[in-house]
Amino acid sequence: MQAPSRQTSADKQSASKVEDMDSVIPESHAAGSSQAQSGSGAVKLSATNLNFFYAKFQALHGISMKILANQVTAFIGPSGCGKSTFLRTLNRMNETIKSSRVEGEILLDGEDIFTQEVSAVRRRVGMVFQRSNPFPKSIFDNIAYGPRINGSPSRSELRDKVEQSLRRAALWDEVKDKLNQSAYGLSGGQQQRLCIARALAVDPEVLLLDEPCSALDPIATAKIEDLIFQLKSSCTLVIVTHSMQQAARVADNTGFFLLGKLIEFDSTAVIFKTPNKKETEDYVTGRFG
Amino acid sequence: MTASNSPHAPASHFDFLHFRRKTVNFVMLSLTAICTFVALGVLLYILGYLFVHGASSLSLDFFTKLPTPVGEAGGGMANAIVGSGKLLLIAMCLGVPIGFLGGVYLAEFAGGKFAFLIRYVTDLLNGVPSIVMGIFAYTIIVLPQKHFSTLAGGLALGVMMIPIAVRSSEEFLRAVPLNLREGSMALGASKTRAILTVVIPAAKNGIITGVMLNLARVAGETAPLLFTSFGNRYWSHGWNEPTAALPVMIFTYAIAPYEDWHRQAWSAGFVLLSLVLAINVFARLVLSNKKHVAR
Repeated sequence: MQAPSRQTSADKQSASKVEDMDSVIPESHAAGSSQAQSGSGAVKLSATNLNFFYAKFQALHGISMKILANQVTAFIGPSGCGKSTFLRTLNRMNETIKSSRVEGEILLDGEDIFTQEVSAVRRRVGMVFQRSNPFPKSIFDNIAYGPRINGSPSRSELRDKVEQSLRRAALWDEVKDKLNQSAYGLSGGQQQRLCIARALAVDPEVLLLDEPCSALDPIATAKIEDLIFQLKSSCTLVIVTHSMQQAARVADNTGFFLLGKLIEFDSTAVIFKTPNKKETEDYVTGRFG
Repeated sequence: MTASNSPHAPASHFDFLHFRRKTVNFVMLSLTAICTFVALGVLLYILGYLFVHGASSLSLDFFTKLPTPVGEAGGGMANAIVGSGKLLLIAMCLGVPIGFLGGVYLAEFAGGKFAFLIRYVTDLLNGVPSIVMGIFAYTIIVLPQKHFSTLAGGLALGVMMIPIAVRSSEEFLRAVPLNLREGSMALGASKTRAILTVVIPAAKNGIITGVMLNLARVAGETAPLLFTSFGNRYWSHGWNEPTAALPVMIFTYAIAPYEDWHRQAWSAGFVLLSLVLAINVFARLVLSNKKHVAR
């Protein structure tokens, strides 16, 4: 009897936070990203009271959050806090895990993603994984994979798409002479940018990045961060990161997760400088635990 | 603890421990080395023996001519070589698709107790003596038809291929990392699409290797052919006549009382072994084709 009541209080808490957040974000957005496109300010994705279960274990507790279009949203928090789980529910990737269960609502442009066809959702909400995962194919075929499975483009369309995607991922100049070579011949950083290019090739509206730089050196990381900054104009980005510096560098808004709950969600400046919650402050100042 | 740290332990005691360690080490090393040499030696002895006897009596006639009537020298085993090829073709057409698709099902779709049951049954099938496979084919094809045939032999070999094809396909598909499947599905591919376009291509080399090693294994089977394809001293036409096959020819010729037949049996053994060896080497080459392997 006790557990449900606790949960409802958590829900109320997060619901009230959403209202807080709404009042804060436009302001931070105006201050933080002057070059943001006209579409910004609109809500791209919104989660309401999202619970997620791995079998009997509840990994997410009543998460409510609005992700704004053409902005970078970062999730931070200690390992196992549910930030990756939440990210993976945004494109329904978690459904591939057996005996998992989701409750609550996620709206993409105001439409419930759980009532849409799953492949359509994933086409609109692309994903880049922690470990770069190029397919055992050539560089060209890696990028062309998405367009090919989602239609039957002509050769010239495909060539254009591949070039355009590689350019968007700032990889074109490095690979344009070896498009037919194996993707495994690329360096770790290049492979990760290849995966970003592959995700971009299906023109996603949202790109989810799950710790995209955790296996990369600082130079490769800097390149990916530059890329994230450039992509903001054409895409809504959500990034999970273990590096608080990274969140501070790339994100407009930051959410702090702890033990499956969204503790605080606000503009990045607020989260890192004047957090409202004690837990957030402890974590961002390194006093956590 | 060293000797200096334990003044109460007499020096001779320490020497004894040291000596015992050295002795045990020496004995174990020698034992394992001897066993390795024995295992290798047997293989080399067989290969060498077969090479000396087989290669020396090998001639072009062996590959191009039919067996001669009893008492007449010369002749070859052209019909047995073609017969073996036909048997393996049938076996492959039967065993590879069933085994491969079964492996895909096990690796990608089946789960829990049902998968365990299939794996268990497959392993049991793998342990069934080859002659029992022969009886099986004999019962369902030879008995109703009332004659031996290439088809029956191929069926026996094909059924033998299934369990290994299932398990090797499953293993190689399982070895494909989860993040490749996720990468594919994150782009909007269905599970089936991901399996067809990413997982199977990624496991392709391994699966082909498995098929070839499987083929090499059944190529030498004699028992299931004895009462299915039976044997034939002439060309076997079509698929519904008894046919000669290399392993059965070796058996027939080796136990015959003629010197010339013994010589030909050695040649057949040598040819069969070379064939199996060639398939093995080729399979390893395919597996080590590093075009798309993570560095």
